[in-house]
Amino acid sequence: MTAKIAYDDVEVGTELPAQTFPVTRADLVRYAGASGDFNPIHWNEKFAKEVGLPDVIAHGMFTMAEAIRVVTDWAGDPGAVVEYGVRFTKPVVVPNDDEGATVEVGAKVAAKLDDNTVRVDLTAMCAGQKVLGMSRAVVRLA
Amino acid sequence: MALDQSFVGRTYPPTEPYEVGREKIREFAEAVGDTNPAYTDPEAAKAFGHPDVIAPPTFVFAISFKAAGQVVEDPQLGLDYSRVVHGDQKFAYTRPVRAGDRLSVTSTIEAIKSLAGNDILDIRGEVHDEAGEHVVTAWTKLVARAAEGA
Repeated sequence: MTAKIAYDDVEVGTELPAQTFPVTRADLVRYAGASGDFNPIHWNEKFAKEVGLPDVIAHGMFTMAEAIRVVTDWAGDPGAVVEYGVRFTKPVVVPNDDEGATVEVGAKVAAKLDDNTVRVDLTAMCAGQKVLGMSRAVVRLA
Repeated sequence: MALDQSFVGRTYPPTEPYEVGREKIREFAEAVGDTNPAYTDPEAAKAFGHPDVIAPPTFVFAISFKAAGQVVEDPQLGLDYSRVVHGDQKFAYTRPVRAGDRLSVTSTIEAIKSLAGNDILDIRGEVHDEAGEHVVTAWTKLVARAAEGA
């Protein structure tokens, strides 16, 4: 593992560069194919509404995959991630238009741990709501 | 109906190996829009110290969740999958998943709880490579929402 960020160069409170991820219906169809998760709530509006959802929602795992990019882009080597966990608190609702939804992800170093690792706490917001809770990664730095 | 507590601690047999291919990793990385070269360029992955391209951190969920199907679809457990939502997800890695891996998953039911009519199921998937070495552990919390009128 060769992260491009040095343990000694970060402090508790160091902010990682925030990123914004657009999510369209086309993205969800592509993710369904790549991940093998074909649950119709992620592509079929009629079905989603029948089960009580406001519209088609993104796969929670798609949002989880997007959020960790803030950490892996920062660290350089994605293999530097030694732990990653989230709670799915609210669905990302994706309307059938050209814009879709937008997920804003921020992250900062919350603790310096042993073995050159740090804990990074992430926030993920969509339409003013927190879509991931308890979102944390442990990353091994150089 | 509340799930049977006696299933807590039950471990299911390891799955048949899943072979991780370079092109499957590329497809997944493209689907999440991630252009990190460690996912697609073996030389870039080697520069980071990996023997071949590695998979994005959440890639392994497709494998661990399929394995969890043994639990979810166990007729004796009686989970109503049509009411299930994904509550929490966590991974702890010994090393990243990489192309060429042949991964087998052993699923264990860690906890069963009932809260306000919802059934909450915690499943741990231990992912090992062909040599039997640990690669990653995946914890999945599933919540089966209470049926209306129940």
